[in-house]
Amino acid sequence: MPSLDDLRKRITSVKSTQKITKAMKMVAAAKLRKAQENAEKGRPYSEKMNNVILNLSKSITDKENAPKLLVGTGEEKVHLCIVLTADRGLCGGFNTNIIKKSKSYFEKIISENKTLKIITVGSKGYDQLKRQYKSYIVENISFKESKNINYFDADKVGKIIIEKFEKNEFDVCAIFYNKFKNVITQIPQEQQIVPLNEDKDDKDETGNDNDYEFEPDEDEILSNLLPKNISTQIFKAMLENSASEQGSRMTAMDNATRNAGELVDRLTIEYNRSRQAAITKELIEIISGAESL
Amino acid sequence: MSNLFNIDIVNPEQSFLSKDNVFEVVIPAVEGEIGILKDHIPIISFLKPGIIKVFSETEEQSFYVEDGIVEFKDNTLSVLTSSIFDLKDADKNFVSESISSAEAELSKDNIDDQKRFLLNHKVEVLKSISIN
Repeated sequence: MPSLDDLRKRITSVKSTQKITKAMKMVAAAKLRKAQENAEKGRPYSEKMNNVILNLSKSITDKENAPKLLVGTGEEKVHLCIVLTADRGLCGGFNTNIIKKSKSYFEKIISENKTLKIITVGSKGYDQLKRQYKSYIVENISFKESKNINYFDADKVGKIIIEKFEKNEFDVCAIFYNKFKNVITQIPQEQQIVPLNEDKDDKDETGNDNDYEFEPDEDEILSNLLPKNISTQIFKAMLENSASEQGSRMTAMDNATRNAGELVDRLTIEYNRSRQAAITKELIEIISGAESL
Repeated sequence: MSNLFNIDIVNPEQSFLSKDNVFEVVIPAVEGEIGILKDHIPIISFLKPGIIKVFSETEEQSFYVEDGIVEFKDNTLSVLTSSIFDLKDADKNFVSESISSAEAELSKDNIDDQKRFLLNHKVEVLKSISIN
């Protein structure tokens, strides 16, 4: 049985933890709004980019000579995985979910006897993966210094990927990130960016009859466009990720605050009970002392 | 019949400009400037450093772009670019910085002709901005 003093100390400490989690929740909520806005603003660019590429790839007839970034190297031996995580913790299952998703992919690659290369973006991912997959990690990038997500950073990652591709260092490239659905739900995503997957939901079949004029020719545009597309996809993933991170942190901190509240309630009841017990005990002692006189 | 069409200029970060009352746009495509009017044939091209001129009913705007992709389809012109600014609020320092960094790049030996051409062009355009 803890003494009254111990209980009092515990209550104060839980209360101050609660204050911190509450503050973190508010900060996350404010940041979430901004991140969400940014994600929405960034959407038209990546959508349009996708459209253009879709239209272009449709009009390419000579599949054999098409740029390798689009159709792949023809092999599937070396897989490059870009794992995008946050730089900070305390955001619930956010980082763990991405890691879990990517780990299952890694296991598949390894069991198929293919070569695996990993680039981690964000320090949390690196921390969690280095224990098990240290030998596979080829690069570890972190944008801790940059306050906001910007295209410049995404472009840096994109350039690294392109450079590696040109050196024939990998055949297939996939990125892992959390897609923001709503504040409570974030879905870990696996997206293949090299070679470009013909999208599953090919909804705009109607656009087929558009005969585009290309200037210069398709190949040249494509080879100019595809590297940009990679940066764009990474940028999109980073935006989604940051919104997800804040959402996830908000939910986690909200839960923590609530749990702390419950704990405080429970401890207070226990404190009051033992205080009352002590008083009763003293009273009994006094009364029985008086009686015996 | 109206001779107006739509233009959307988007950055990776946000939508930069969106108008539905333009009648002519001049874009600096790689192989030369293209003027686009309503009912232009669908076209996809990419940009070299230069000035985009947008003529709308009410005003005329000019933007500097460094690179990007343009698509014209169904009377909508989409310009995707990662670097664009309005000539009106051009930052003198930024322009001169860009010029000097482009010139520094030019002085390197290991660049190919196409890049040299683009850089030269970029310097030219930027200089013309800074004069105005």
